[in-house]
Amino acid sequence: MINDKDNSSIPINEFQIGLRNFKRNRLAVICVVILFVLYGIAVFADFLSPYSYRNENRNYSYSPPTAIHIAHDNKLSWPFIYGTQLTFNDFHKREYVVNKSQRYPIQLFIKGEEYKLLGIISCQYHLFGVQEPGRLYLLGADSRGRDLFSRILYGSRISLSIGLIGVFISFTIGLIVGGISGYYGGRIDDFLMRLCEMFMMVPGFYLLLAFRAAVPDNFNSVQIYFAIVIILSFLGWASLARIIRGMCLSLKEREYVLAAKTFGLLDIRIITTHVLPHTLSYSIAAIMLSIPGYILGESALSLIGLGIQDPYASWGNLLSDGMSIVRIYFAPWILWPAFFIFLTVICFNVIGDALRDCLDPLLKSEGKE
Amino acid sequence: MLKYIFKRVAIMIPMLLGIALLTFMLMRLSPGNYLDTIRLDPQISKETIAYYERLFQLDKPLIYQYVHWVLNLLRGEFGYSFYYNVPVVQIISWRLFNTFILAFASFLMTWLIAIPLGIWAAVNRNRKTDQAIQFFSYVFLSWPSFFVAMILLFWASQTGILPLGGMHSPNYENLNLWQQFVDLVKHLAIPTIALSIGSIAALQKIMRGNMLEALGQKYILTARAKGLPENKVIYRHALRNAINPLITLLGYEFSGLLSGAALIEIICSWPGLGSLMLTAVRSKDIYLVMASMMMGGILFIVGNLLADIFLAKADPRIRYDKR
Repeated sequence: MINDKDNSSIPINEFQIGLRNFKRNRLAVICVVILFVLYGIAVFADFLSPYSYRNENRNYSYSPPTAIHIAHDNKLSWPFIYGTQLTFNDFHKREYVVNKSQRYPIQLFIKGEEYKLLGIISCQYHLFGVQEPGRLYLLGADSRGRDLFSRILYGSRISLSIGLIGVFISFTIGLIVGGISGYYGGRIDDFLMRLCEMFMMVPGFYLLLAFRAAVPDNFNSVQIYFAIVIILSFLGWASLARIIRGMCLSLKEREYVLAAKTFGLLDIRIITTHVLPHTLSYSIAAIMLSIPGYILGESALSLIGLGIQDPYASWGNLLSDGMSIVRIYFAPWILWPAFFIFLTVICFNVIGDALRDCLDPLLKSEGKE
Repeated sequence: MLKYIFKRVAIMIPMLLGIALLTFMLMRLSPGNYLDTIRLDPQISKETIAYYERLFQLDKPLIYQYVHWVLNLLRGEFGYSFYYNVPVVQIISWRLFNTFILAFASFLMTWLIAIPLGIWAAVNRNRKTDQAIQFFSYVFLSWPSFFVAMILLFWASQTGILPLGGMHSPNYENLNLWQQFVDLVKHLAIPTIALSIGSIAALQKIMRGNMLEALGQKYILTARAKGLPENKVIYRHALRNAINPLITLLGYEFSGLLSGAALIEIICSWPGLGSLMLTAVRSKDIYLVMASMMMGGILFIVGNLLADIFLAKADPRIRYDKR
């Protein structure tokens, strides 16, 4: 399959073959880059965003995206914005009148609200912004005049991390249950598989609602966040466990497992070091393809008001503004979060598919099914 | 065959009860029950509440309540909805029917579009059309269904072609049968499209893969060597083998369809099981929640069973009894 001429780069193991195949898929590589950028944005959200997620100014309710000008009096100038003023027209519709006498240049590394960079370093500088009383709304404002762009950046922290943490938890459960079930077989296998099927039988969203009902109302936002992550991972582990179990069933018949048994290794040792690692190549692709489920699950919950609560921002929670048609009509920019959800989901899908394709030969050699 | 069906259903019953137990515990885990809500209502006397408590055994230990519910279930009683003030069966049956309409419409649309599209893409593999289809599949697969619904609702509000949510027009009762049907289809359009777009993309991809695999088989080569027209090769020989794996998928798809339908129902205010579930969960209407969960499970079982039976009919190699 590989016919590179220089011998120095002959891959040593299966994963390097897989990685090489993956790199050939240009679209997938682009998606990896996009995801890195998105996660980078999530980490440095407070530095990159001009305002904090709760910085509101009700004089700018549903202010449209601010136009950035680069020409003043027909002369090229440093990018700046004009001040705007909220007025109501004859039909009491909001109209923002541009006041050309007020000019606010966009400043880089501007001093603004204080925040903790990476959670530790106290910092006041934002990548860009304008001097007060000017307000910079790159993607428009929400009902309370909070900057949507900033809120999307802050929201990415919740929306993107929920996928990673969720998949980590459900994957751990799936590996343990699938490993035990496949390795021991018999009654344990029967019981665990019935348990899995029980979770798979009920439509996921119903189960999600039922689990959500058990979360006390007096939880604060951090607690709700973790409750949602745990609920979502509780829905996802079953299908994974079933597949891992299927692979373990055939893996445990291998000679090296028998050898390990004759050496008198503990079962737990055999499962963790000799059986489960061989399911890894499948698992990586499965992880990538299941992350969108968590992101969409959180969005759906937040969308119907059962997820992350205001003032905290998540993409689903931001989008819940768009549940009203009137608001979409007067402020179409509130739909921007959907674009970010879409971008993230499509990236994970493309990467997952590419991984599955390029790890496929490995899967076959490892006796899937 | 009949024996097989009985066996399948018998295995599922303890699992259904397990789901009910899980739901029950989840609902009781959180503080408060529905009676706490009506306790705040000064119009309802203490005696009534005490009566309710006795009636639904809410003063007894939890496990007793659950057993009581299961025993009632055997008698065909699903319990009483506190929120709607009627027996659960009354609400759930027509809500279930509505969800079924939506799921069926979406299912029909998905299969009618995805299968031909998948075949077409496979036959024209790696040509421009195939690439275009694959590109759009990725896009639609990643478009969250709730967003599609929101956009469609907005579009409908601007053009006025389709009604905004709900299931019937206000004057539904006055229409004749044909008009009622048209009215229903109009209301169905948006939720169905929102629900189907992602599934079409997913199913199309699977169909294309299966078809490509079938087209690579030796018997296709034989068929072509015999000089069969290409049409016959594709539709007689390749298609019939490519479509079988999809039938197994059908049963599992059904559960996913219901799950997706729940969210769409809520957004499009379609009076189905999913939106009922949301109301029930919010108002801690415990028996309604448990019954809805059971219904979800039952639909899944029925879907899977139908798929298995259908598969046995379509593929003569499959015999369930001879194991």
